[in-house]
Amino acid sequence: MVSTTIAVPNGIDSHNMEWMMLYVISAYETPEDFEARSNESKHSYWGAWKAYAEALTEAGVKVGGRGLMAPSTATTVRLREGERFVQDGPYADTKEQLGGFCLIEVPDLDAALDWAARCPAAATGVVEVRPALPSCDPAAMERNAAEPSLAAAH
Amino acid sequence: MSGGRHPDARRAAEIAARDSYGRLVAYLSSRSRDVAAAEDALGEAFRAALEAWPESGVPANPEAWLLAVARRRMIDDSRHERVKESARASLEVVARERQSQSEPADADEAAFPDDRLKLLFACAHPAIDPGSRTPLMLQAVLGLDAARIGSAFLVSPAAMGQRLVRAKAKIRDAGIPFDVPGPAALSARLGPVLDAVYAAYGAGWEAPAGAGADARRRGLATEAIWLAQILAELLPDEPEARGLLALLLHCEARREARYSADGVFIPLDEQDVSLWSRPMVARAERELAAAAAMRSIGRYQLEAAIQSAHATRIHGGRTDWEAVAILYEQLVRIAPALGALVGRAAAIARAAGPDAALHALDEIRPAAARAYQPYWAVRAHVLALLDDREAARDAYGRAIGLAEDPRVRDFLIRRRDHLEGVRP
Repeated sequence: MVSTTIAVPNGIDSHNMEWMMLYVISAYETPEDFEARSNESKHSYWGAWKAYAEALTEAGVKVGGRGLMAPSTATTVRLREGERFVQDGPYADTKEQLGGFCLIEVPDLDAALDWAARCPAAATGVVEVRPALPSCDPAAMERNAAEPSLAAAH
Repeated sequence: MSGGRHPDARRAAEIAARDSYGRLVAYLSSRSRDVAAAEDALGEAFRAALEAWPESGVPANPEAWLLAVARRRMIDDSRHERVKESARASLEVVARERQSQSEPADADEAAFPDDRLKLLFACAHPAIDPGSRTPLMLQAVLGLDAARIGSAFLVSPAAMGQRLVRAKAKIRDAGIPFDVPGPAALSARLGPVLDAVYAAYGAGWEAPAGAGADARRRGLATEAIWLAQILAELLPDEPEARGLLALLLHCEARREARYSADGVFIPLDEQDVSLWSRPMVARAERELAAAAAMRSIGRYQLEAAIQSAHATRIHGGRTDWEAVAILYEQLVRIAPALGALVGRAAAIARAAGPDAALHALDEIRPAAARAYQPYWAVRAHVLALLDDREAARDAYGRAIGLAEDPRVRDFLIRRRDHLEGVRP
């Protein structure tokens, strides 16, 4: 583990003197998962997500995140030669659809993968882990360095 | 470079390159997570050494000299924004590191830790495309160039270069850790590292005879053994790491015996054992014994044990084919790779006869074996033993068509032509 103070674009954890990176954990859920939100399985479905969110918070890695409504509530917009093309439905025509995301701050990919594996969607759908870009706003970068929080993400 | 007051400088630099390159790249990249930047900086440092050392003499600690220059280079690069914005801050790590001012007592001992193991684990991380892991190790730890790696894997230098660039970018941008996994994860994570080293050896092993590119492939076997040695040294308590080294040494010991002087392929059980390298076999046996003492069996130890059983012939013994068949039985239970399944069938042919061997071959999924030359060669051999000449001829035809090494192809053609003389 790196033991020096490191200024990383995403923020610095001056307490642990550890490299910290921001990751977006995207939960892609199956149609059955989306149905489970409201059918007889809803207690176990929401229970699992609640426990997961609490675990993230208690571990001090959660920066933000939200569950999303069903893919049927999605609308896509394309602007072509000044004209708006608005369409009903989600962008990607795939079996698994984005059901929610979490923004976490951890030292490295292995730590992010550990959290991705705990995500309830991992057992049924697919969970994607992707590093977030460092903030482009210098002021925000300074704020992040002092206290990692992502106003931009809320 | 001739001239200069120290003409031995180039050789010193080359030896330093061979011994130190991986350690220096590992040390620099494990702190910055940027393998490409570490390689670039080190390349500059070696160039600087070739210029400076012939004039000023080789420094007492060449590694420390190279490290200091490379470090400065990385800092300069980050200042001049020659690196991605996201990587700049990480290079600060290297910049802020307090350089060790104390010269080590022993000039041969470098004053920085050996991080090559961390680098190997980063190269074989599950998040890295499996096809990129071996090339990445060969380049980052051993300093091989993309052209040479590409020729070993039958990929154009440009394509291999792109693959390597992508993999290094993934390490840097995805935040792949430079860490030796903890005890709980180590055995699971060690597998891909060993597999990648084994794949490097395989690429060198199957080098066909002939042109220059093939000599480069053969050299890869030596490089792979070097990597296996690093792993066994750095992980002495991991029986599979020791097992892999034992396996590679056993295979390498027979290099001189695999082909006759005029380039004819000689199968293992017809090889002249006096041509086997005894020191290499002895080292292999020592590694395997050390691994076995840890009482945790695994794929590479079993593969090494199979080769060890063949090695008894050195001392005038005969190969215990029943023992070999039993070892293969265990191996396919742990790792049912195609090569192991075919090897098992060949051992069964010796231990229990061709009927049982044909049965073992028939258990292999046809789709998997369709383009696998050893399967058809063993099948042809077994069919010939069963006196099913027509089927044997067909199977030899398949094997001949699939052979990559012309020497192996000629061997198979001779076998087919001798079918008439086979007695069951």
